[in-house]
Amino acid sequence: MQFAQKLGAIIWKDFISEFRTKEMILSMCLFSFLVLIIFNFAFGLSLKFDRGMIAGILWVAFVFSGLTGLGRSFSMERDRGTLQGLILCPVSPWTIFLAKLIGVFLFTTVMEIITFFIFTILYNTTVLPFLVPLGLIIFLGTLGFTAVGTIFSAISATAKARSVLLSILFFPISVPVIIASVKATGIILSGNALQMVFPWLKILVAFDLIFLLVSYLTFAYILEE
Amino acid sequence: MKRTQTLLIPFQLLTYVLMLLALYTIFIYAPVEKTMGVTQKIFYIHVPAAFLAYLAFFITFMASIFYLYRKDPKWDTVAHCAVETGIIFCTIVLITGPIWAKPIWNVWWTWDPRLTTTLILWFTYVAYLMLRRAVKVNQRANLSAVFGIIGFLNVPITFFSIRLWRTIHPVVITSRGLNMSEPMKLSLITTFIAFCFLFIAMLIGRIRLERSKMHIEELKEIMDGMNFKN
Repeated sequence: MQFAQKLGAIIWKDFISEFRTKEMILSMCLFSFLVLIIFNFAFGLSLKFDRGMIAGILWVAFVFSGLTGLGRSFSMERDRGTLQGLILCPVSPWTIFLAKLIGVFLFTTVMEIITFFIFTILYNTTVLPFLVPLGLIIFLGTLGFTAVGTIFSAISATAKARSVLLSILFFPISVPVIIASVKATGIILSGNALQMVFPWLKILVAFDLIFLLVSYLTFAYILEE
Repeated sequence: MKRTQTLLIPFQLLTYVLMLLALYTIFIYAPVEKTMGVTQKIFYIHVPAAFLAYLAFFITFMASIFYLYRKDPKWDTVAHCAVETGIIFCTIVLITGPIWAKPIWNVWWTWDPRLTTTLILWFTYVAYLMLRRAVKVNQRANLSAVFGIIGFLNVPITFFSIRLWRTIHPVVITSRGLNMSEPMKLSLITTFIAFCFLFIAMLIGRIRLERSKMHIEELKEIMDGMNFKN
Protein backbone atom coordinates (compact mmCIF):
# COMPACT_ATOMS: atom_id res chain seq x y z
CA MET A 1 0.00 0.00 0.00
CA GLN A 2 1.02 3.55 -0.59
CA PHE A 3 1.95 5.81 2.29
CA ALA A 4 -1.19 7.91 1.84
CA GLN A 5 -3.42 4.84 1.80
CA LYS A 6 -1.92 3.52 5.03
CA LEU A 7 -2.27 6.94 6.60
CA GLY A 8 -5.87 7.18 5.46
CA ALA A 9 -6.70 3.72 6.78
CA ILE A 10 -5.57 4.54 10.32
CA ILE A 11 -7.30 7.93 10.31
CA TRP A 12 -10.49 6.34 8.98
CA LYS A 13 -10.35 3.70 11.73
CA ASP A 14 -10.15 6.44 14.37
CA PHE A 15 -13.04 8.31 12.78
CA ILE A 16 -15.30 5.28 12.66
CA SER A 17 -14.61 4.38 16.28
CA GLU A 18 -15.24 7.99 17.28
CA PHE A 19 -18.48 8.30 15.31
CA ARG A 20 -19.84 5.17 16.97
CA THR A 21 -19.53 6.64 20.44
CA LYS A 22 -19.00 10.39 19.88
CA GLU A 23 -17.45 10.38 23.38
CA MET A 24 -14.38 12.44 22.65
CA ILE A 25 -15.81 15.21 20.51
CA LEU A 26 -18.84 15.75 22.78
CA SER A 27 -16.82 15.89 25.97
CA MET A 28 -14.25 18.20 24.37
CA CYS A 29 -16.91 20.66 23.18
CA LEU A 30 -18.81 20.68 26.46
CA PHE A 31 -15.61 21.15 28.41
CA SER A 32 -14.46 24.14 26.34
CA PHE A 33 -17.95 25.68 26.61
CA LEU A 34 -17.66 25.37 30.39
CA VAL A 35 -14.18 26.91 30.41
CA LEU A 36 -15.53 29.96 28.56
CA ILE A 37 -18.34 30.34 31.10
CA ILE A 38 -16.12 29.85 34.15
CA PHE A 39 -13.66 32.49 32.92
CA ASN A 40 -16.53 34.91 32.41
CA PHE A 41 -17.48 34.48 36.07
CA ALA A 42 -13.87 34.67 37.20
CA PHE A 43 -13.02 37.94 35.45
CA GLY A 44 -16.42 39.62 35.16
CA LEU A 45 -16.69 43.09 33.69
CA SER A 46 -12.97 43.78 33.29
CA LEU A 47 -13.09 41.55 30.20
CA LYS A 48 -15.03 44.16 28.24
CA PHE A 49 -11.96 46.36 27.91
CA ASP A 50 -9.13 43.90 27.54
CA ARG A 51 -9.09 42.06 24.22
CA GLY A 52 -5.70 40.49 25.03
CA MET A 53 -7.21 38.74 28.02
CA ILE A 54 -10.08 37.43 25.91
CA ALA A 55 -7.54 35.86 23.55
CA GLY A 56 -5.99 34.15 26.57
CA ILE A 57 -9.35 32.71 27.61
CA LEU A 58 -10.01 31.41 24.11
CA TRP A 59 -6.66 29.60 24.05
CA VAL A 60 -7.05 28.17 27.54
CA ALA A 61 -10.36 26.70 26.35
CA PHE A 62 -8.69 25.33 23.19
CA VAL A 63 -5.65 23.84 24.93
CA PHE A 64 -7.43 22.41 27.98
CA SER A 65 -10.15 20.68 26.01
CA GLY A 66 -7.66 19.71 23.29
CA LEU A 67 -5.63 17.98 25.99
CA THR A 68 -8.59 15.82 27.06
CA GLY A 69 -8.82 14.58 23.46
CA LEU A 70 -5.05 14.12 23.15
CA GLY A 71 -4.93 11.94 26.24
CA ARG A 72 -7.46 9.58 24.72
CA SER A 73 -5.66 9.27 21.39
CA PHE A 74 -3.25 6.56 22.55
CA SER A 75 -4.71 5.50 25.91
CA MET A 76 -7.88 4.42 24.08
CA GLU A 77 -5.80 2.03 21.96
CA ARG A 78 -4.12 0.70 25.05
CA ASP A 79 -7.39 0.17 26.96
CA ARG A 80 -8.88 -1.81 24.09
CA GLY A 81 -5.66 -3.74 23.68
CA THR A 82 -5.29 -2.54 20.10
CA LEU A 83 -2.00 -0.69 20.56
CA GLN A 84 -0.04 -3.89 19.98
CA GLY A 85 -2.07 -4.54 16.85
CA LEU A 86 -1.36 -1.08 15.56
CA ILE A 87 2.37 -1.48 16.20
CA LEU A 88 2.37 -4.87 14.46
CA CYS A 89 0.76 -3.39 11.34
CA PRO A 90 3.15 -3.15 8.37
CA VAL A 91 3.37 0.64 8.68
CA SER A 92 6.23 2.81 9.88
CA PRO A 93 6.01 4.41 13.34
CA TRP A 94 6.05 7.80 11.61
CA THR A 95 2.87 6.85 9.71
CA ILE A 96 1.19 5.90 12.99
CA PHE A 97 2.28 9.19 14.51
CA LEU A 98 1.11 11.23 11.54
CA ALA A 99 -2.24 9.44 11.36
CA LYS A 100 -2.84 9.94 15.07
CA LEU A 101 -1.79 13.58 14.78
CA ILE A 102 -4.13 14.25 11.85
CA GLY A 103 -7.01 12.52 13.64
CA VAL A 104 -6.55 14.50 16.84
CA PHE A 105 -5.95 17.67 14.86
CA LEU A 106 -9.23 17.30 12.99
CA PHE A 107 -11.24 16.52 16.15
CA THR A 108 -9.62 19.48 17.91
CA THR A 109 -10.39 21.73 14.94
CA VAL A 110 -14.06 20.76 15.02
CA MET A 111 -14.12 21.53 18.75
CA GLU A 112 -12.36 24.84 18.10
CA ILE A 113 -14.83 25.93 15.43
CA ILE A 114 -17.75 25.27 17.77
CA THR A 115 -15.96 26.93 20.71
CA PHE A 116 -15.08 29.91 18.54
CA PHE A 117 -18.71 30.36 17.55
CA ILE A 118 -19.88 30.24 21.19
CA PHE A 119 -17.00 32.54 22.14
CA THR A 120 -17.99 35.27 19.67
CA ILE A 121 -21.51 35.26 21.10
CA LEU A 122 -20.63 35.10 24.80
CA TYR A 123 -17.84 37.66 24.64
CA ASN A 124 -19.42 39.96 22.03
CA THR A 125 -16.38 39.86 19.77
CA THR A 126 -16.35 40.98 16.16
CA VAL A 127 -14.35 38.39 14.27
CA LEU A 128 -15.69 38.39 10.72
CA PRO A 129 -13.12 40.87 9.27
CA PHE A 130 -10.23 38.94 10.83
CA LEU A 131 -11.32 35.43 9.92
CA VAL A 132 -8.36 34.65 7.63
CA PRO A 133 -5.47 35.71 9.91
CA LEU A 134 -7.21 34.22 12.95
CA GLY A 135 -7.74 30.98 11.05
CA LEU A 136 -4.03 30.84 10.17
CA ILE A 137 -2.96 31.43 13.79
CA ILE A 138 -5.39 28.85 15.11
CA PHE A 139 -4.20 26.36 12.47
CA LEU A 140 -0.51 26.82 13.34
CA GLY A 141 -1.10 26.93 17.10
CA THR A 142 -3.30 23.85 17.07
CA LEU A 143 -0.81 21.95 14.91
CA GLY A 144 1.93 22.82 17.40
CA PHE A 145 0.18 21.75 20.55
CA THR A 146 -1.41 18.65 19.04
CA ALA A 147 2.00 17.53 17.67
CA VAL A 148 3.61 17.84 21.11
CA GLY A 149 0.51 16.35 22.71
CA THR A 150 0.49 13.34 20.39
CA ILE A 151 4.12 12.50 21.27
CA PHE A 152 3.35 12.79 24.98
CA SER A 153 0.09 10.89 24.62
CA ALA A 154 2.11 7.98 23.24
CA ILE A 155 4.75 8.38 25.97
CA SER A 156 2.21 8.42 28.80
CA ALA A 157 -0.16 5.78 27.32
CA THR A 158 1.37 2.91 29.28
CA ALA A 159 2.19 4.91 32.43
CA LYS A 160 0.59 5.01 35.84
CA ALA A 161 -1.65 8.08 36.49
CA ARG A 162 -1.33 8.93 32.81
CA SER A 163 -3.72 11.89 32.57
CA VAL A 164 -1.83 13.82 35.25
CA LEU A 165 1.48 12.78 33.74
CA LEU A 166 0.36 14.00 30.31
CA SER A 167 -0.44 17.48 31.68
CA ILE A 168 2.86 17.65 33.57
CA LEU A 169 4.82 16.73 30.45
CA PHE A 170 2.72 18.79 28.08
CA PHE A 171 2.50 22.25 29.65
CA PRO A 172 6.19 23.12 30.15
CA ILE A 173 6.96 22.16 26.54
CA SER A 174 3.96 23.93 25.03
CA VAL A 175 4.79 27.29 26.68
CA PRO A 176 6.15 28.88 23.46
CA VAL A 177 3.17 27.81 21.37
CA ILE A 178 0.70 29.09 23.97
CA ILE A 179 2.48 32.44 24.36
CA ALA A 180 2.74 32.94 20.60
CA SER A 181 -0.87 31.97 19.86
CA VAL A 182 -2.35 34.06 22.67
CA LYS A 183 -0.28 37.11 21.74
CA ALA A 184 -1.02 36.86 18.02
CA THR A 185 -4.74 36.36 18.64
CA GLY A 186 -4.76 39.28 21.08
CA ILE A 187 -3.08 41.58 18.56
CA ILE A 188 -5.66 40.73 15.92
CA LEU A 189 -8.68 40.97 18.23
CA SER A 190 -7.52 44.41 19.44
CA GLY A 191 -7.55 45.55 15.81
CA ASN A 192 -3.80 46.22 15.57
CA ALA A 193 -1.78 46.11 12.37
CA LEU A 194 -1.21 42.69 10.88
CA GLN A 195 2.57 43.24 10.64
CA MET A 196 2.79 42.97 14.43
CA VAL A 197 1.72 39.34 14.17
CA PHE A 198 4.63 38.20 11.97
CA PRO A 199 7.22 37.61 14.73
CA TRP A 200 4.70 35.39 16.51
CA LEU A 201 3.86 33.52 13.33
CA LYS A 202 7.58 32.85 12.88
CA ILE A 203 7.77 31.30 16.35
CA LEU A 204 4.69 29.17 15.64
CA VAL A 205 6.10 27.93 12.32
CA ALA A 206 9.50 27.21 13.91
CA PHE A 207 7.88 25.32 16.78
CA ASP A 208 5.71 23.25 14.42
CA LEU A 209 8.61 22.35 12.14
CA ILE A 210 10.98 21.47 15.00
CA PHE A 211 8.48 19.21 16.72
CA LEU A 212 7.38 17.48 13.53
CA LEU A 213 11.04 16.78 12.78
CA VAL A 214 11.76 15.56 16.33
CA SER A 215 8.75 13.25 16.26
CA TYR A 216 9.88 11.93 12.87
CA LEU A 217 13.28 11.08 14.34
CA THR A 218 12.21 9.72 17.71
CA PHE A 219 8.72 8.24 17.41
CA ALA A 220 10.03 4.75 16.63
CA TYR A 221 11.73 4.64 20.05
CA ILE A 222 8.53 5.54 21.85
CA LEU A 223 6.63 2.56 20.46
CA GLU A 224 9.53 0.16 21.11
CA GLU A 225 9.16 -2.21 24.06
CA MET B 1 36.52 0.73 38.72
CA LYS B 2 39.35 0.41 41.28
CA ARG B 3 41.35 3.27 39.82
CA THR B 4 38.43 5.68 39.66
CA GLN B 5 37.71 4.86 43.29
CA THR B 6 41.24 5.75 44.42
CA LEU B 7 41.07 8.95 42.39
CA LEU B 8 37.65 9.84 43.72
CA ILE B 9 38.67 10.33 47.36
CA PRO B 10 41.35 12.98 46.70
CA PHE B 11 38.93 14.62 44.27
CA GLN B 12 36.25 14.84 46.93
CA LEU B 13 38.74 16.17 49.48
CA LEU B 14 39.81 18.81 46.97
CA THR B 15 36.14 19.73 46.51
CA TYR B 16 35.75 20.25 50.27
CA VAL B 17 38.82 22.48 50.37
CA LEU B 18 37.64 24.48 47.35
CA MET B 19 34.17 24.94 48.81
CA LEU B 20 35.69 26.27 52.06
CA LEU B 21 37.90 28.58 50.01
CA ALA B 22 34.83 29.73 48.09
CA LEU B 23 33.02 30.54 51.35
CA TYR B 24 36.06 32.51 52.51
CA THR B 25 36.25 34.54 49.29
CA ILE B 26 32.51 35.22 49.29
CA PHE B 27 32.15 36.34 52.89
CA ILE B 28 35.56 37.77 53.79
CA TYR B 29 37.73 38.42 50.73
CA ALA B 30 35.21 39.92 48.28
CA PRO B 31 34.53 43.62 48.88
CA VAL B 32 31.02 44.85 49.61
CA GLU B 33 29.45 46.30 46.47
CA LYS B 34 28.74 50.06 46.67
CA THR B 35 25.13 50.33 45.50
CA MET B 36 23.76 46.87 46.19
CA GLY B 37 25.49 46.24 49.49
CA VAL B 38 25.89 42.84 51.11
CA THR B 39 23.06 41.36 49.05
CA GLN B 40 25.27 41.38 45.97
CA LYS B 41 27.33 38.53 47.47
CA ILE B 42 24.55 36.09 46.56
CA PHE B 43 25.70 36.66 42.99
CA TYR B 44 28.76 34.43 43.59
CA ILE B 45 26.44 31.49 44.24
CA HIS B 46 23.67 32.40 41.82
CA VAL B 47 25.73 32.68 38.62
CA PRO B 48 27.81 29.46 38.87
CA ALA B 49 24.68 27.52 39.89
CA ALA B 50 22.80 28.83 36.85
CA PHE B 51 25.64 27.85 34.51
CA LEU B 52 25.88 24.35 36.00
CA ALA B 53 22.12 23.80 35.83
CA TYR B 54 22.16 24.52 32.11
CA LEU B 55 25.30 22.38 31.69
CA ALA B 56 23.61 19.49 33.49
CA PHE B 57 20.60 19.62 31.20
CA PHE B 58 22.88 19.80 28.19
CA ILE B 59 24.64 16.65 29.45
CA THR B 60 21.23 14.97 29.68
CA PHE B 61 20.45 16.04 26.11
CA MET B 62 23.72 14.59 24.77
CA ALA B 63 23.46 11.42 26.87
CA SER B 64 19.88 10.90 25.65
CA ILE B 65 21.01 11.13 22.02
CA PHE B 66 23.87 8.70 22.69
CA TYR B 67 21.47 6.34 24.42
CA LEU B 68 19.05 6.25 21.49
CA TYR B 69 21.96 5.82 19.10
CA ARG B 70 23.93 3.16 20.99
CA LYS B 71 21.31 1.64 23.33
CA ASP B 72 23.91 1.45 26.09
CA PRO B 73 22.23 1.65 29.55
CA LYS B 74 25.28 3.59 30.76
CA TRP B 75 24.05 6.68 28.90
CA ASP B 76 20.59 6.37 30.37
CA THR B 77 22.13 6.40 33.86
CA VAL B 78 24.20 9.47 32.99
CA ALA B 79 21.13 11.30 31.65
CA HIS B 80 19.08 10.45 34.72
CA CYS B 81 21.80 11.44 37.21
CA ALA B 82 22.56 14.68 35.35
CA VAL B 83 18.88 15.66 35.60
CA GLU B 84 18.83 15.05 39.36
CA THR B 85 22.03 17.05 39.87
CA GLY B 86 20.81 19.76 37.50
CA ILE B 87 17.54 20.16 39.39
CA ILE B 88 19.47 20.78 42.63
CA PHE B 89 21.42 23.62 40.97
CA CYS B 90 18.34 24.92 39.17
CA THR B 91 16.50 25.06 42.52
CA ILE B 92 19.44 26.98 44.03
CA VAL B 93 19.15 29.48 41.16
CA LEU B 94 15.40 29.88 41.60
CA ILE B 95 15.73 30.39 45.37
CA THR B 96 18.73 32.73 45.34
CA GLY B 97 17.30 34.75 42.43
CA PRO B 98 14.25 36.18 44.26
CA ILE B 99 16.31 36.75 47.45
CA TRP B 100 18.68 38.88 45.37
CA ALA B 101 15.92 40.53 43.35
CA LYS B 102 13.78 41.72 46.28
CA PRO B 103 16.18 44.34 47.73
CA ILE B 104 17.64 45.34 44.33
CA TRP B 105 14.67 45.41 41.95
CA ASN B 106 12.08 45.72 44.74
CA VAL B 107 10.16 42.70 43.40
CA TRP B 108 10.52 39.02 44.19
CA TRP B 109 9.95 38.01 40.63
CA THR B 110 9.87 39.58 37.15
CA TRP B 111 8.86 37.77 33.99
CA ASP B 112 12.28 38.39 32.48
CA PRO B 113 13.26 35.86 29.75
CA ARG B 114 16.15 34.40 31.75
CA LEU B 115 14.09 33.93 34.91
CA THR B 116 11.06 32.53 33.15
CA THR B 117 13.07 30.18 30.96
CA THR B 118 14.86 28.82 34.04
CA LEU B 119 11.51 28.26 35.75
CA ILE B 120 10.11 26.43 32.71
CA LEU B 121 13.31 24.39 32.58
CA TRP B 122 12.83 23.40 36.22
CA PHE B 123 9.29 22.26 35.47
CA THR B 124 10.45 20.34 32.40
CA TYR B 125 13.05 18.32 34.28
CA VAL B 126 10.86 17.68 37.30
CA ALA B 127 8.43 16.25 34.73
CA TYR B 128 11.34 14.12 33.44
CA LEU B 129 11.77 12.58 36.89
CA MET B 130 8.00 12.06 37.25
CA LEU B 131 8.02 10.32 33.88
CA ARG B 132 10.79 7.95 34.98
CA ARG B 133 8.80 6.98 38.05
CA ALA B 134 5.54 6.45 36.17
CA VAL B 135 6.53 4.29 33.19
CA LYS B 136 7.32 0.60 32.96
CA VAL B 137 10.96 -0.42 33.47
CA ASN B 138 11.43 -1.86 29.98
CA GLN B 139 10.33 1.41 28.37
CA ARG B 140 11.83 3.82 30.87
CA ALA B 141 15.16 4.49 29.15
CA ASN B 142 13.66 5.08 25.70
CA LEU B 143 10.83 7.33 26.82
CA SER B 144 12.96 9.44 29.12
CA ALA B 145 15.63 9.81 26.42
CA VAL B 146 13.02 11.16 23.98
CA PHE B 147 11.73 13.54 26.65
CA GLY B 148 15.28 14.60 27.54
CA ILE B 149 15.87 15.59 23.91
CA ILE B 150 12.54 17.39 23.49
CA GLY B 151 12.95 19.25 26.79
CA PHE B 152 16.31 20.68 25.82
CA LEU B 153 15.34 21.59 22.24
CA ASN B 154 12.47 23.56 23.68
CA VAL B 155 14.77 25.86 25.71
CA PRO B 156 15.77 28.28 22.91
CA ILE B 157 12.21 28.51 21.53
CA THR B 158 10.88 29.25 25.01
CA PHE B 159 13.58 31.87 25.56
CA PHE B 160 12.87 33.68 22.30
CA SER B 161 9.11 33.60 22.72
CA ILE B 162 9.34 34.99 26.27
CA ARG B 163 11.79 37.67 25.15
CA LEU B 164 9.41 38.75 22.40
CA TRP B 165 6.50 38.64 24.83
CA ARG B 166 8.33 40.92 27.27
CA THR B 167 9.61 43.44 24.74
CA ILE B 168 6.05 44.39 23.84
CA HIS B 169 5.36 45.12 27.51
CA PRO B 170 7.53 47.54 29.48
CA VAL B 171 10.64 45.72 30.62
CA VAL B 172 11.63 46.27 34.23
CA ILE B 173 15.25 45.26 33.88
CA THR B 174 17.20 45.25 30.65
CA SER B 175 20.76 44.55 31.74
CA ARG B 176 22.47 44.10 35.03
CA GLY B 177 25.56 46.04 34.03
CA LEU B 178 28.03 44.73 36.52
CA ASN B 179 31.41 46.40 36.42
CA MET B 180 33.41 44.18 38.66
CA SER B 181 36.60 45.06 40.51
CA GLU B 182 39.56 42.66 40.48
CA PRO B 183 38.87 41.03 43.90
CA MET B 184 35.26 40.50 42.82
CA LYS B 185 36.32 38.81 39.60
CA LEU B 186 38.74 36.63 41.52
CA SER B 187 36.01 35.64 43.99
CA LEU B 188 33.68 34.77 41.16
CA ILE B 189 36.32 32.63 39.47
CA THR B 190 37.07 30.83 42.75
CA THR B 191 33.43 30.05 43.49
CA PHE B 192 32.93 29.06 39.87
CA ILE B 193 35.74 26.49 40.05
CA ALA B 194 34.56 25.25 43.45
CA PHE B 195 31.00 24.83 42.15
CA CYS B 196 32.25 22.95 39.08
CA PHE B 197 34.14 20.55 41.34
CA LEU B 198 31.06 20.17 43.53
CA PHE B 199 28.95 19.46 40.47
CA ILE B 200 31.34 16.82 39.12
CA ALA B 201 31.68 15.20 42.55
CA MET B 202 27.89 15.06 42.97
CA LEU B 203 27.32 13.74 39.47
CA ILE B 204 29.96 11.01 39.81
CA GLY B 205 28.67 10.09 43.25
CA ARG B 206 25.14 9.82 41.94
CA ILE B 207 26.18 7.71 38.94
CA ARG B 208 28.15 5.35 41.20
CA LEU B 209 25.13 5.02 43.49
CA GLU B 210 22.89 4.19 40.53
CA ARG B 211 25.39 1.59 39.30
CA SER B 212 25.55 -0.08 42.72
CA LYS B 213 21.76 -0.13 42.74
CA MET B 214 21.68 -1.88 39.36
CA HIS B 215 24.38 -4.29 40.53
CA ILE B 216 22.34 -5.19 43.63
CA GLU B 217 19.27 -5.77 41.46
CA GLU B 218 21.29 -8.17 39.30
CA LEU B 219 22.60 -10.02 42.36
CA LYS B 220 19.07 -10.27 43.75
CA GLU B 221 17.86 -11.82 40.50
CA ILE B 222 20.70 -14.37 40.62
CA MET B 223 19.85 -15.15 44.25
CA ASP B 224 16.18 -15.62 43.36
CA GLY B 225 17.17 -17.98 40.58
CA MET B 226 19.30 -20.03 42.99
CA ASN B 227 16.51 -20.23 45.58
CA PHE B 228 14.11 -21.40 42.92
CA LYS B 229 16.41 -24.28 42.01
CA ASN B 230 16.69 -25.40 45.64
